[in-house]
Order: sequence, then structure tokens, then C-alpha cells
Amino acid sequence: MYAYDELDRTLINERVEEFRDQVKRRLAGELTEDEFKMLRLQNGVYLQLHAYMFRVAIPYGTLSSKQLRQLAHVARRYDRGYGHFTTRQNIQFNWIKLAELPDALADLAEVGIHAMQTSGNNTRNVTSDQWAGVAPGEIEDPRIWSELLRQYTTLHPEFSFLPRKFKFAITASAHDRAAIKIHDIGLRLHKNAEGETGFEVLVGGGLGRTPFIAKTIKSFVHGRDLLSYVEAILRVYNQYGRRDNIYKARIKILVHELGIEKFAREVEDEWQEMRDSDTALTLDDAMIEDIRSRFSYPAYEKLPHMPEELKTAAHDPLFERWRKNSVFMHKIQGYAIVTLSLKPVGGPPGDATADQMDTLADLADKYSFGEIRVGHEQNLALPHVARRDLPALWKALDKIGLATPNVNLVSDIIACPGLDYCSLANARSIPIAQELTRRFANHDTANLIGRLHINISGCINACGHHHVGHIGILGVEKNGEEFYQITIGGRADENAELGALIGPAVPYGEVADVVEDIVEAYLALRARPDELFVDSVKRLGVEPFRERVYATR
Amino acid sequence: MTSPLEQKKIKITGPSVVTANRTWDGIVIYRTARQDWSAKLSDAAIVRTSDDARALLAESAADDVGAVGAYIAPVEIKEGGKIKPGNLREHIRLQGVTIDLPVPA
Repeated sequence: MYAYDELDRTLINERVEEFRDQVKRRLAGELTEDEFKMLRLQNGVYLQLHAYMFRVAIPYGTLSSKQLRQLAHVARRYDRGYGHFTTRQNIQFNWIKLAELPDALADLAEVGIHAMQTSGNNTRNVTSDQWAGVAPGEIEDPRIWSELLRQYTTLHPEFSFLPRKFKFAITASAHDRAAIKIHDIGLRLHKNAEGETGFEVLVGGGLGRTPFIAKTIKSFVHGRDLLSYVEAILRVYNQYGRRDNIYKARIKILVHELGIEKFAREVEDEWQEMRDSDTALTLDDAMIEDIRSRFSYPAYEKLPHMPEELKTAAHDPLFERWRKNSVFMHKIQGYAIVTLSLKPVGGPPGDATADQMDTLADLADKYSFGEIRVGHEQNLALPHVARRDLPALWKALDKIGLATPNVNLVSDIIACPGLDYCSLANARSIPIAQELTRRFANHDTANLIGRLHINISGCINACGHHHVGHIGILGVEKNGEEFYQITIGGRADENAELGALIGPAVPYGEVADVVEDIVEAYLALRARPDELFVDSVKRLGVEPFRERVYATR
Repeated sequence: MTSPLEQKKIKITGPSVVTANRTWDGIVIYRTARQDWSAKLSDAAIVRTSDDARALLAESAADDVGAVGAYIAPVEIKEGGKIKPGNLREHIRLQGVTIDLPVPA
């Protein structure tokens, strides 16, 4: 966990009081909605179909049990008893009253949580691998750099009025769990030939109306130069990014239109000039060490990999089923990372009730050194669980509905709130996800299918990341009716790709049938039982799946 | 359901109302013929021409303190004069989400 210092606490508290005054002036009519809108957006407050929506940042997906309890308190006190974890390591509350928002923010500030820059045309919540600091084979904990970027970009005047929103993601593992290639800037920690640690910098990724996979702009930037290099990118974007057309304002469009080589030259020129004139942006070891020193790590015990408790529990098929898809290797022997599915059969993806959050906070204290993680797949994780505690933890999680054994399987669906909540949506997402979880509720069938990610978005803004779903589902409107375009073959990992459309959009009532058809085609066509769906699509192309879906439609 | 946030030209083809969200708590409200707001669709002023729609919207938008994001939404007038939302989006705004909430109200 990262420990805030007095400066952090002062900044957050001052921000709460500033927003309290802004809300007061808005409700008194001293600020018009036009004047107030940007202020509320910069504090994570949107207006949705039924109410205000309040988006709270969980920087790099790390939460303490104390913070999780406070999120539960906010859900219970100011909302309707639940929250929605998003694809960018945020939590959203859907029924907040504007008049009560300053109090909710003040309560969150008590535990070092805020909503700054979770909306608006600025640098957003810096996201990272939810297994950061505990993943085997990791170069180093990427949260140190995430925190550094968070501090640097928070309320940075030069980045507060960008042409459009701007998102960072950082990973330090070979397997990318942070989806860095669909971010404005993606950073991959690695070592160069000299054994020095630095970053591969990728730029111009993003989904939405015009999706692009990020391109590498520089294969190695030393850690000391990270801030100056990303600032050079942001300056070029700030100067040349379009402000006349919201649909062409993201950096991905600029990179695409200039071409990565020309864009890279512009950045290089800017960077060289900055480096010479502004050495304040060069990070010295003491600065990095200062950030590093404020992260605390558990005092791990020396424990066996296969304790007696686990050997005994292995005879229980239900425990084994859960263990096989929810428990992952930890960098320390005797410990495990446990993913908690927020995708119960028939439930809205990513939602957690206040009661679940409270109990999970207690379980985190008991079994995970008080720490919880949030992943972009809209699941949670306990990052430091002793393997001997897995059977007891499983039983406790099962009691609160957080032991659904479907992590990475077909019913582990990513979905945006869709037309049930969102003012931008064209079609519903959640009911489609719910129906699919029911269709694929049989665990043996799901296990036979293997790893398969379904992503659902209710509009082209792509909050459900449908472009990079193994199966992507996009809601559109046709003559007042909900229709859905289906893509296949997308992926959001280190081999990120955009999915390909399989054919004409299908009506709401047929989506689950179409997905079943696609899955059945895959089972019939895969080369081997362990060929993943996405690999079969890569090998076979779209055509056999298109034929299967549309032959009888 | 094309988002009315993209509503640019005002041209209605059937009975319509002006709807918005109440500023202090965000709930869905409808403009009434009494130049006020109500949470009930049955209280809404019905307009049937583009000129009337423009006028009602202009009057509604002038209340910047009480309401946010006013726009024109289609409705259907059923037998007996009962007013129903004209599309799924407006149905959801009036009736609430189409799913069970994680915590029952």
C-alpha cells in the first residue's frame, strides 16, 4: 500500500472544500450549468439517465480494507447500497444526489480517496496491472511509476485542458494485464541490453468510434527520463491535437494522421529541447526512492507451497473447481493471488454490494494483509493470500457470492452500464450479459470452451472495450430498436488486436443465440482442445463463424 | 435510441414533452403547462408542433437553477389520454432500469 503524506491529504481536503463551494453556488443559481459542468466533470460527476453518477478513482487498482469499507459506506449512505467497478480501475455510484456529493467526497477523503480527474479533458486515473508487486517474473512494481505519474499529472495546469481525455496504463510483466495497447500512452517496464530498467513507450491506442492499437514510439526510455518524455508527448498533443471536432480530438487520431514516424520526430525534438532547458523533470534516484519508500509490503512468512489444508481441500471438487480458475501463482512461495469474480450468474458485471464490500474488507484483513486489488476485467483480487488459507477463504467468499468459478471463462463478461444507466448509450448491455451468463452457467461446458472473453458496449464509445473482446458485442440503434454488431478475434493483452465484424447486426433477442452459435462453431473447428477461441479465429478467419451464424438467419 | 444529447435540429413528428433532470438530486422531471416541473409524466405539457416544442424547450431551458439538460422527447398518447414514453430510453428514464438492482429498493 502507498501511504499518503500531509501534502496529499491537504490537496484532497482542499479539493473537497472547493467543490463544496462550487456545488453550493450552483444550487443557489450563482453558477449556470454551463459554468458548473466542467467543474463537476473534473470531480468525476456525470449526469446520467436517472441521476448523477459519481466516478471515484482507485489509482493503479490498489485499495486498503479501510478504503473499501469507506466505499461501502458511501454506497450505503449516499447511493443505493452498491457500486460498479469499471474497466479503468474506478468505481461508479449511480444514484448520487448533487447536494450530498460534497459530503460523500469528504467521507472518501478521510481515507485518501478522491474523484479528481476521473472525467474531463485531462489525464485520467493512472491504471496498472492488478497483480502489480506480486506477479512472478515482474521487472519491478509498476505502481511506483504509476504513483509518480499520478502525482505529476494531478492538477497539472498544462494537462488540465487537453484536446480530449488522456489515459495512462503501465505494466511490468511480459503478460499484459493492464491493456496498455488500448491506452493513449502505454508503458511497459523492461530491461535493456545493459541491464538497465526503463520503459517501452507506446502511444495512440484507444477504442471508441475510431479504434487503434497503440504503436511503439520509443523502445527504451530510462526511468529518470520518464516524466520529461511523457511531457514531451503531451506537449505535442496539446499543440497539434484537434479541438474543433470531439470525434477527432484523441491523440490516437493525431498519431494516425501524422504517422508514427513524424509524430515521434516531433516528440523527440520537443524532448531534446526540454531536457536541455528543464532539468527539473529529470528524476534522480532519491525522488524515485522517496515514492518507493512510501509503498509498504507485507511481512511474508516462510510457508510451504502445498500445505496440509490444501491437500485436504483438494478432495472437494467444488473447491478444486474454484481454485483452478481463481487462484494464481504469487512471487512468494506459499502465497497466492486470488481473483474474485464479480460476474455471478444472472448478475450485472462489475457490481458489488456494500455488504459484500464490508465483508470482503474483513476477509482482506484476515487473509490478505488488508489489501484488495481492482482489475480492468471488472473483477477484484486479494493479492497476498497464504495458500494454507485458501479453503477457509473460499468458504467465506462463497457465503457472500464472490466465489463464482468463472474467472477468464465465457461468463466472465466485461460490460458497460449501457442504456439502463448511461445517457450516451444506444442499447442495453447488462441484460445481454446476464442472459449470456445464464446460457453458459454450466461449469463443465464453460470449462470445455476454455478461456474466452466477451466484451459488451452499449454504444460506440466502447466503455465495455468490445473492440478487443474475443467476442465483442456493440449495441446500436436501428429504427428505434436495439440491435447488436458482433465482432470476433479481438484481444487486449500483449498481442492486442481489434476484432473483425462477422456480419449484419442482430436484434436484442438473438444475441445470446448468435454467441452460442459462434461458440459451437469454435468447438467444432478448433484444432485441439487447448486451442483458445481467439487462436482459432486467428487461424481460420471470420468466414467459418460468419457462415455458421448467418446460414439460418 | 439515439442519444438526445446529439439533438440539434428541433423537428417533431408526433406528441412530445420536454424532460430534464432535477438539479439538486438528478431525478427525471417533465415540464408542465404551469411553467413548472413534475416527476410525473402525466403532468407533462404535450406539444404537437415543432414551433410549440421549440417554445416549450426555450422556456424550460431558462430555468437553469431547477433543471439540467432539458430536451424534447417523444411520447405516445394512449386511449383515455394516458401518456406513455415514446421510446425505450424514455421508458427506462421513467420506469427505472430494466434489471433487478443488486440491492432491492
